[in-house]
Amino acid sequence: MVPHIVDVYPVVPDSRGEVRKRQFEQVCHGSVTEVHVFERYLIDAKLTPTQLSVAASALANSTFEKASINPKKSAFTFQYAIEIGFLSGVTDNVGATAKESIEDTLKKKFKDREAVYSSQVFFVSGSLSEADANAIADTIYNPLIQRASIYRYAQYGKALKAGAVVPRVSLRPVTTSVVNLDLSDAELIEIGKSGIKNIDGSRRGPLALDLGSMKVIRNYFKGLGRNPNDIELESLAQTWSEHCKHTIFAGPLDEVSEGIYKRYIKGATNDIRKAKGNNDFCVSVFKDNSGAIVFDDEHVVTHKVETHNSPSALDPFGGAITGILGVNRDTLGFGLGAKPVINYYGFCFADPRDTTVLYRDQAKTQKLLSARRIMDGVIAGVNAGGNCSGIPTPQGFVNFHPRFRGKPLVFVGTVGLMPRKKAGRDLISKKAQPGDYVVMVGGRVGQDGIHGATFSSVVLDSASPATAVQIGDPITQKKMSDAVVKEARDLNLYSSITDNGAGGLSCSVAEMARESNGFEVDLATVPVKYPGLAPWQIWISESQERLTLAVPPKKWNQFQKLMASRGVEATRIGTFTESGKAIVKHKGKTVMSIELEFLHEGLPVKYQTSKKPVMSAQVSSGKLQVSNQVLLDLLAMPGVTSTAFISSQYDQEVQGSSVTKPLQGRGRVNADATVSRPLLTSNKGVVLGQGLYPEYSEADPYRMAAAAIDTAIRSGVAAGADPDYMAILDNFCWSSSDEPERLYQLKEAARACYDYATAFGTPFISGKDSMFNDFKGFDADGKPVKISAPPTLLISSISVIPDMTKSVTLDFKKPGDLIYIVGETHDEAGQVPAVDAATNLAAYRALHQAIKKDLIVSAVSLSRYGLVLALTRSAIAGQLGAVISTDGDLLSETQGRILVSVAPQQQKAFEKAMAGVFTAQLGTVTENSDIAISSGGTTVLSLPLDKATKAYHSTFKNY
Amino acid sequence: MSKPKVIVFSGYGLNCEEETLFAFTQAGAVGEIVHINDIISKKKKLADYQIAALPGGFSYGDDTGSGKAYANKLKNHLSGDLKTFAESDKLIIGICNGFQILTNTGLLPGALLANDSARYTVRWVDVKVTSESPWLTGIKTMMLPVAHGEGKYYADKKTLASLKRHDQVALHYTKGEISKHFNLPPNPNGALEDIAGITGYTGRVLGLMPHPERAMFFTQLPHWTYLKAHNAKVLLSGEGPGLQIFRNAVNYFSK
Repeated sequence: MVPHIVDVYPVVPDSRGEVRKRQFEQVCHGSVTEVHVFERYLIDAKLTPTQLSVAASALANSTFEKASINPKKSAFTFQYAIEIGFLSGVTDNVGATAKESIEDTLKKKFKDREAVYSSQVFFVSGSLSEADANAIADTIYNPLIQRASIYRYAQYGKALKAGAVVPRVSLRPVTTSVVNLDLSDAELIEIGKSGIKNIDGSRRGPLALDLGSMKVIRNYFKGLGRNPNDIELESLAQTWSEHCKHTIFAGPLDEVSEGIYKRYIKGATNDIRKAKGNNDFCVSVFKDNSGAIVFDDEHVVTHKVETHNSPSALDPFGGAITGILGVNRDTLGFGLGAKPVINYYGFCFADPRDTTVLYRDQAKTQKLLSARRIMDGVIAGVNAGGNCSGIPTPQGFVNFHPRFRGKPLVFVGTVGLMPRKKAGRDLISKKAQPGDYVVMVGGRVGQDGIHGATFSSVVLDSASPATAVQIGDPITQKKMSDAVVKEARDLNLYSSITDNGAGGLSCSVAEMARESNGFEVDLATVPVKYPGLAPWQIWISESQERLTLAVPPKKWNQFQKLMASRGVEATRIGTFTESGKAIVKHKGKTVMSIELEFLHEGLPVKYQTSKKPVMSAQVSSGKLQVSNQVLLDLLAMPGVTSTAFISSQYDQEVQGSSVTKPLQGRGRVNADATVSRPLLTSNKGVVLGQGLYPEYSEADPYRMAAAAIDTAIRSGVAAGADPDYMAILDNFCWSSSDEPERLYQLKEAARACYDYATAFGTPFISGKDSMFNDFKGFDADGKPVKISAPPTLLISSISVIPDMTKSVTLDFKKPGDLIYIVGETHDEAGQVPAVDAATNLAAYRALHQAIKKDLIVSAVSLSRYGLVLALTRSAIAGQLGAVISTDGDLLSETQGRILVSVAPQQQKAFEKAMAGVFTAQLGTVTENSDIAISSGGTTVLSLPLDKATKAYHSTFKNY
Repeated sequence: MSKPKVIVFSGYGLNCEEETLFAFTQAGAVGEIVHINDIISKKKKLADYQIAALPGGFSYGDDTGSGKAYANKLKNHLSGDLKTFAESDKLIIGICNGFQILTNTGLLPGALLANDSARYTVRWVDVKVTSESPWLTGIKTMMLPVAHGEGKYYADKKTLASLKRHDQVALHYTKGEISKHFNLPPNPNGALEDIAGITGYTGRVLGLMPHPERAMFFTQLPHWTYLKAHNAKVLLSGEGPGLQIFRNAVNYFSK
């Protein structure tokens, strides 16, 4: 059967072509005069000519589009046609929607292997060389997931006549095999590192199991009198992976025998909750997919921040979209299902203008994507995932450091809202009961996302598997999310729920089975995207958009009917038991049978030792003298400069919950914290903020962590948060975490987490770590390079306030308002600033009271580049000038300081409210459009506002 | 006076259904969110409602073109019901993706093309009311947010002339408080003649790109903290400019 081609194209001027033209011009030596963009659908199904014509009309809006069926030649001339489609097996959302729409329109179900595949064709005219055409293709496709075909005009008709080739997946069916572990240590190490050997000698991909673990597994199976099946070994590797078990954080380190997580993170929360007594607002910490605190008497809010660094390095769009959709599922999988109400992002990139060329392999065939491509792709991935899901994204940040060139850090977070009770049932706790069905809901299983959990537990290099890359499908997830959280949950149709994320079914089922103490699954019942998958692949695949539920048998009919009527696939794949066993069958054969206890607790304890590295106490940046030019350069610098282009493509208004915006004031300055109102019938607000200082890590990881915590709290307080009703989340993104020096830094940072969380009384409620953010590859000359991300600790804060009308934005608002600095500036030039929690907390409490009394007109936290940048941001945001006088170091990054403006008539009340806290009046907001700073009577800086505004909005203007 | 009954469509990823229903109930209506499949399977009947809302966004993830696949679903199963609803003395509103769906079904003329920037854009705009519609009674201008990738209104010359002749061009982007305050161009997407919304069926069917349901409260305005600093008397619990649209719809049935 030859697949049909349907080309859909606009017959009116198309802005997409115009934008592409400008984009292509930048990479070509020749000129580009015109670009036309066609949507191409390859319909791989048996249709009559009439049916085909009806199908085509469903794909084109006749008001402005035409559909061309099985074209034999182009209707116009061009120089090159570049077709970009997906590789076989890669999620094709447009193709899936087209198929569904055609089926509905024709009232005809496609047969099992019939499908629609989408691609885009760019017809480019101009004076291009072949190299230009290749360069264009390089900017729009990623060879790991897509295919590009380039045709000259003269060849195009011939290519069309030859017929389309569809990227259908064809696999030779594979059965389960036994893995012999009676091998030398060297061979065990190789299996652990590169994977089980296939018949052809190739390896299946990283298990990320060290020799110690391999030996424990060998011994276990010796006890059973046999060798493990491949699926058993793969399953253990998933469950024991650093990604899932957090062995570095949980394992003993030096004298910390219980592990730094237990002592410093969980320990802090336990101590804080005890100290808060009746004022403890924590509901669920560390045990569920998200952490939760009290929102009001009827609701809890959840928060979770994840990272998706490794996949984003290979496929930035796919990595980022699966990241955001994945953390949405951590919300859906909290308790019996919370509704995602706020998305949150944080990106750490190399400067997109960095042109360093890097390769994953020495032969220089696997080029690392450019810094710009990674940045663009990640931004677009969170755009597609968040916007399509109808979840607002008010809050985020972008940080830049040259060492994020190897692997970017992609933080994605989701806040959820859930009633504590519904229909008399407590929604916070859940328990799969023996006898409940194991039910998989949502997408189908394919080869995408195999070894994701183990891959992200190791260094990125040439062996990193392409199958680890997935593309998210927001619509499948949205349908599932709505059907589960907005309907099935409140009908009491299931007894437990969890996300199907890292490790796929192998982790979600095994994890939930701890509630009942056993499970039995039949893999032959699992719906697959295409036939031929090996049992172990079905079991560990991380194909996206799936939840695992425990459904009582008597609820199953109703549940299944509801899901079907919402276009959601739900399949019963097994039963939860109380046998203590993890049993997996495939076509009547038992392929896995191990003790649940061994699966979860068999992992050998790994003793880790740290070693103090040689650290320079100095922060590298030399002392800058502030001048007009220095400030203008700062404002244009990535990390400081406006990222309005991101904020204005992430919908922050959906759900109607936006209170303060990501871009604040007339000058649209990126905010450090924002306020949302997730429940429209309540006046309560949720304040999100964050802090991170990767640039401090190498000099002083302890102070780095303290500053991150202080900043996360401070940025929230400046926006209206209550420092006494605030929880925090930790995301450690370390590198080379098997090196003792890195472990020393980790321990120091964790120690600060305990000291400062307890000092501030801000409990950790959730966290996630990523320990190997290293890239091992080759430079343009083929020389080996290793790039390790600077150890990065992201602290995110969440606070609930009773009245969101007491929110504060950072823009100066009225000429004549008085400018104050809250918090003292210390002489710490060149050093990582130390945090004095007691002093800072007193200041935050006082300021919060002043905010509640409406005494504060604007507030902004002083962080990077200190006072001069905070003042300039408030001035640009308000499009008002400022005159201040100060003797302090304008660039000091002393923590604990907030710049506020106060109406003159409130001066007394403000000063009274701040009694006992270091507060200094620096100057006034002016109508005069200059930012003027003097010191000891001498002018240090006098910069026209329009110049500052222009510089601030310049760098990413055309991104 | 009995409250009019509203149906807010949902399903296949269509979002904003909750805040849209909330807006109607704030304005005094009663209503429910109904999955399109529950109407197709006849579990719910369109005829039982006085107001139908197609909220916006992202049905089918905008795949194959925004609004297209959901409109196909409506055309394939409910085109008669929808037409009857529009022709009777009832009200229909399509917001953002809902507007895209209505144009794709042919219930409203024209189409929504990719923004001039070819990118999803979120911001606030000013619109002025330029025709008669039960939905727009008493409103002259409004500040509302937009959030869309394909919001550039297009109609061919003939259709545009007919729209004007029949007083169907209901909303225009205009230079008002928002574009002045934030120094932004009034037209966010390159829409033909700055058209932000149109009506059909003598004003009873309204399609618009901006989101009135996201402008229900004063504290949703992008510059409310600025306004608060300049006028302490501003009612912080006060309503936003979008609520009147929903109130108008409710009032239409209480005459």
